[in-house]
Amino acid sequence: MAVYKKTYRPYDGPLTPAWRRVAVIPRYAFDDLRRSRFLSLFFLASFIYPVICTLLIYVQHNASALELLNIRNASQLISINATFFLSLLGWQSVMALFLAAFVGPGQISPDLVNNGLSLYLARPFTRLEYAAGKASVLVVLMSLMTWVPGLLLFGLQGYLEGSGWAGANIRFAAGLFFGAWVWILLLSALALAVSAWVKWKPVAGALLFVIFFVSAAFGTAMNAVQRSNWGYLADISYLVGSVWVRLFEGGARTTSGAVFFRVPIGAELPLWQCCAVLILLFALCLYLLARRIRGVEVAR
Amino acid sequence: MDPVIELDALEVRFGGRPILKKLSAALIGRSIGLLGPNGAGKSTLLNTLLGFHRPYSGTARIFGMDVRTHARRVRELVGYMPENDAFIAAMSGVRFVRLMAELAGLPPEQALERAHEALFYVGLGEVRYRPMGTYSLGMKQAAKMAQAIAHGPKLLLLDEPTNGLDPPARARMIQLIREIRDRGDLRLIVSSHLLRDVEECCDEALILKDGEIAAYCNLEEERRSNLRFLEIEARGEKREAFLAALRELGCETAPGAQGRTKLVLPSQMEIRNVYESAAEHEVELRRLNHKRDSLEDIFLKAMETADGRL
Repeated sequence: MAVYKKTYRPYDGPLTPAWRRVAVIPRYAFDDLRRSRFLSLFFLASFIYPVICTLLIYVQHNASALELLNIRNASQLISINATFFLSLLGWQSVMALFLAAFVGPGQISPDLVNNGLSLYLARPFTRLEYAAGKASVLVVLMSLMTWVPGLLLFGLQGYLEGSGWAGANIRFAAGLFFGAWVWILLLSALALAVSAWVKWKPVAGALLFVIFFVSAAFGTAMNAVQRSNWGYLADISYLVGSVWVRLFEGGARTTSGAVFFRVPIGAELPLWQCCAVLILLFALCLYLLARRIRGVEVAR
Repeated sequence: MDPVIELDALEVRFGGRPILKKLSAALIGRSIGLLGPNGAGKSTLLNTLLGFHRPYSGTARIFGMDVRTHARRVRELVGYMPENDAFIAAMSGVRFVRLMAELAGLPPEQALERAHEALFYVGLGEVRYRPMGTYSLGMKQAAKMAQAIAHGPKLLLLDEPTNGLDPPARARMIQLIREIRDRGDLRLIVSSHLLRDVEECCDEALILKDGEIAAYCNLEEERRSNLRFLEIEARGEKREAFLAALRELGCETAPGAQGRTKLVLPSQMEIRNVYESAAEHEVELRRLNHKRDSLEDIFLKAMETADGRL
């Protein structure tokens, strides 16, 4: 009907299935992100490190390329081992933190500022679906930055190395995948919880960094004061690093974690305690989200 | 007509305090007004129907479906215009309405088409590409209406639709609601504390007081019965004889304010008989009104406490 007729008419056309409606929120969010030149450039820049790693793997298997530059024993200069993949995961996870700080605060707070949330939830749409839709934006972007390039590089290395390398080092792939998911889920929950409670986007973004770096500083200070390692329980990067090291190397560890996710050798805490604190933090974020994602605020 | 909303001993509590107290009613009108003073429970009832509040006991059904067990299906059928501001400041009007229509289940192309139509319909056609944060209060109200109707609901819940509007904007909003009502494609629930809004838009009124139903009436029937109520202002030397003649014809008369007289016409008597009697007695009829404050009377009566105070 032409809009100039300006009459109301009922809708009797087709309806989308319920599962497709969950995808509406991320679709609109990605559309918003695409319009931001800064975020697009940042997202592209986040692939610089994986590209460098690709070159390193290529060079390691193509010594002739370095021999052209008169570099001998090139294959021994670069080791594709747990440290290599842990460093990749570490760098990419820090990039993911920056991305979460830029993108996360814009997810829920604009819907809360002017009570737009009540309109979302007045639709055939649950609170869980709303939160999942918002989280999926972060999860997809951070996956593309972390475990997706990680597994591609693992595949490349396995292909070039041959002779069962991938099978012998499948722990690296599992570490990349599950380690990245630990970080992605925690960071997504943190970013959404901060977005739900802090309406001013720059402050919410800064708060994510504060949580990450201040917790590390606080943990270190606690250790210094108490002359123990228990302060690490307050250090998110240490906790995540502990899980990563275990995933990559099992009980026989040789590395001290990844960049920004250091786990000094000799200063380990029991893994179950690290996991318990991470789960507790995740649950706290979900609780904070559940408190804010409501159709109406009730003054009791 | 089938009931649009059925309440069966519906009780809602916040922190142990009952807000809606065992409401039971079957609302069958095409356009139903929810009336009551602030804090009576109007918005709480609407929010409960939308599933925002969980009933403590009892049930509420919309088109026969329990709002708790069939929440998703119920929300597909409902369009909701909340009382307070509800928008996303950075979004343009058309993108916002399209998003809401898509969330209600419309495919993207149809949602876009309906968003344009709805915005033109509510008078925002020319500003539909502007960010909603730049809209005036009246525009925001209209945009809320647009998102409520864009997906073609079967039931429209309007919570204080004229809130904060200036008189011309209010008149436009009322006109819009009446047009939607008169098309007959959907049912309306209009929550308001303004009697005039309800009187102009609704054919039934549910009056709430302190979380309880104080009255439920059919305004159409009230209006029809009020056709027998007149208020006249008569001038002339034979005024008393004129009134006596009306009484002989079966009218009940009672003195009103400012020298006016209230009349209740018997069923067989027409207004024409009043004019004829006035002409016979050479009396000037300066004013002849149908009694218009029926809803106000009903409301005030409903609000009266046992000791007669409001």
